[in-house]
Amino acid sequence: MRLTQGTFSFLPDLTDLQISSQIEYCLQRGWAVSVEHTEDPHPRNTYWEMYGNPMFDLKDAAGIMREVDECRRTFPNRYIKVNAFDSTRGVESLRLSFIVARPQEEPGFELLREEGPGREVRYSMRSYATRRPEGHRY
Amino acid sequence: MKRIGDRTASNPAAERYRAGVLKYAQMGYWDSGYRPKETDVLALFRITPQEGVEPSEAAAAVAGESSTATWTVVWTDRLTACDRYRAKAYKVEPVPTSPGQYFAYIAYDLDLFEPGSVANLTASIIGNVFGFKPLKALRLEDMRLPAAYVKTFSGPATGTIVERERLDKFGRPLLGATVKPKLGLSGKNYGRVVYEALQGGLDFTKDDENINSQPFMHWRDRFLNCMEAVNRAQAASGEVKGHYLNVTAATMEDMYERAEFAKQLGSVIVMIDLVIGYTAIQSMARWARKNDMILHLHRAGHSTYTRQKNHGISFRVISKWMRLAGVDHLHAGTIVGKLEGDPNTVQGFYNVLREPLNPQDLQRGIFFEQDWAGLPGVMPVASGGIHAGQMHQLLTYLGDDTVLQFGGGTIGHPMGIAAGATANRVALEAVVLARNEGRDIWREGPAILADAAKHCTPLRAALDTWGEVTFDYASTDTPDFVPTPTAAA
Repeated sequence: MRLTQGTFSFLPDLTDLQISSQIEYCLQRGWAVSVEHTEDPHPRNTYWEMYGNPMFDLKDAAGIMREVDECRRTFPNRYIKVNAFDSTRGVESLRLSFIVARPQEEPGFELLREEGPGREVRYSMRSYATRRPEGHRY
Repeated sequence: MKRIGDRTASNPAAERYRAGVLKYAQMGYWDSGYRPKETDVLALFRITPQEGVEPSEAAAAVAGESSTATWTVVWTDRLTACDRYRAKAYKVEPVPTSPGQYFAYIAYDLDLFEPGSVANLTASIIGNVFGFKPLKALRLEDMRLPAAYVKTFSGPATGTIVERERLDKFGRPLLGATVKPKLGLSGKNYGRVVYEALQGGLDFTKDDENINSQPFMHWRDRFLNCMEAVNRAQAASGEVKGHYLNVTAATMEDMYERAEFAKQLGSVIVMIDLVIGYTAIQSMARWARKNDMILHLHRAGHSTYTRQKNHGISFRVISKWMRLAGVDHLHAGTIVGKLEGDPNTVQGFYNVLREPLNPQDLQRGIFFEQDWAGLPGVMPVASGGIHAGQMHQLLTYLGDDTVLQFGGGTIGHPMGIAAGATANRVALEAVVLARNEGRDIWREGPAILADAAKHCTPLRAALDTWGEVTFDYASTDTPDFVPTPTAAA
């Protein structure tokens, strides 16, 4: 299974050069870039772990790439994404968010159904990986 | 019989209110010296007066009939602050290159309108004037809604920003498809189309405007099967997915019942049609805000009054009303697809729906500056006759905050529905990536798509099937201030 969250997950994994030019695009627009990682890729998991604060004052794509690289080396088998935050009034949210690293094996999600009255079904989904404790999932 | 005013004929005020018929301009509905207040509601009408009717008198008549006037003088005006309540036509100018047509600018005092009611606003502005005999035709072109009035509305239930956060999807247009054939599928087969399209890569699928509860598929059956499909696709992709469950029905009670069921099943979005009416739309928007639901509006029926330039209402005005009413999605044209849509005019609709402030922009048909006073934006939806081969054109014309809906362009794919969805998603991501890298996607689009198709057979097949399909017809609803290029130019 390939997790397809993020802006470019249907394309082949981005090269460092491609990642860097997306970061450049964000910096040109004045957006703050940040790096986040997780072992819990459930789509409702809004809060991935922050690899440091958003880099509001770092305006250099090469510098940000070093952060991305460091995160990838520290967590070689996790999902890592790059976000770009736009603080303009009326936006104050992400403008771009794309996955730059993923675990070697992606076991995916189990769909759980709880049958209710009539034909109603209550659904929930669970990542196969989160059955193991954090730090031992991938 | 004693006539009112007989004894005071020398007094000018008494003269004004003498029983009988006056021209609207004489009754005070024309004031070329009037300076609109910041809190006035402004309307711009395109008027086509009958022969022999002065444009200023026609404009005054529209101002009169859309505010306080009737056809004759009434003394009861004098029991009110009537000078203030009279709408004022303050400017008339000929429409460029359209002989016999005039733009009439009219200002309305804010006190004429009930706070937070689209029904009340529209009952005044379009309530009584469109059949008026001294005019051959009349079209409401644009409105300026003062911030003081905008603030009385809640606006979109969710808004573009929160919608993206809820869906966890950023940096690209969203992708959707309408299930086809739109009528006749059983619930089980219908859900199959939803599942294939969503797990293939779309973010949303959609009921069509006329799918409600028919003999071949009752609404509960549709909802149950669609939600099975949505949840299966979410588990297969790890993404949030949605199906616009159309809750349009005969009564509000039915609509609430259907919407509640959609919520109970975990849907992130419900849908309504424009034909349910402004009040019903506002009620559903309030329900959606209360229940954390995205509200999709299909503009069913609008072309009956938006398409012809001489009579009716411009869709930019409908867009403004719907942003006030509080929907989150609104179909607003594709430019390149099968339905009416001049590029500049459609971009005007998109800007009205999603920008925090619209500057005057005559090229795009926007006559007034409009400050939305913090009201969230509506996500415009492009739907009707579009395909993967147009992705670079769609992104150039429409930008990121839009839903691109490929119905036939997904379901009609030669390799199947899921492949059709994948083709669209890959095409979109490839074009966004290239644009962000600084490439000229308008010129290089076909090459970018062809490159992406090298690692995606479904995209190759889509380009081979539809690559050359265009709908290149002249538009009828075009701006008055620029020569109009066609989409293919």
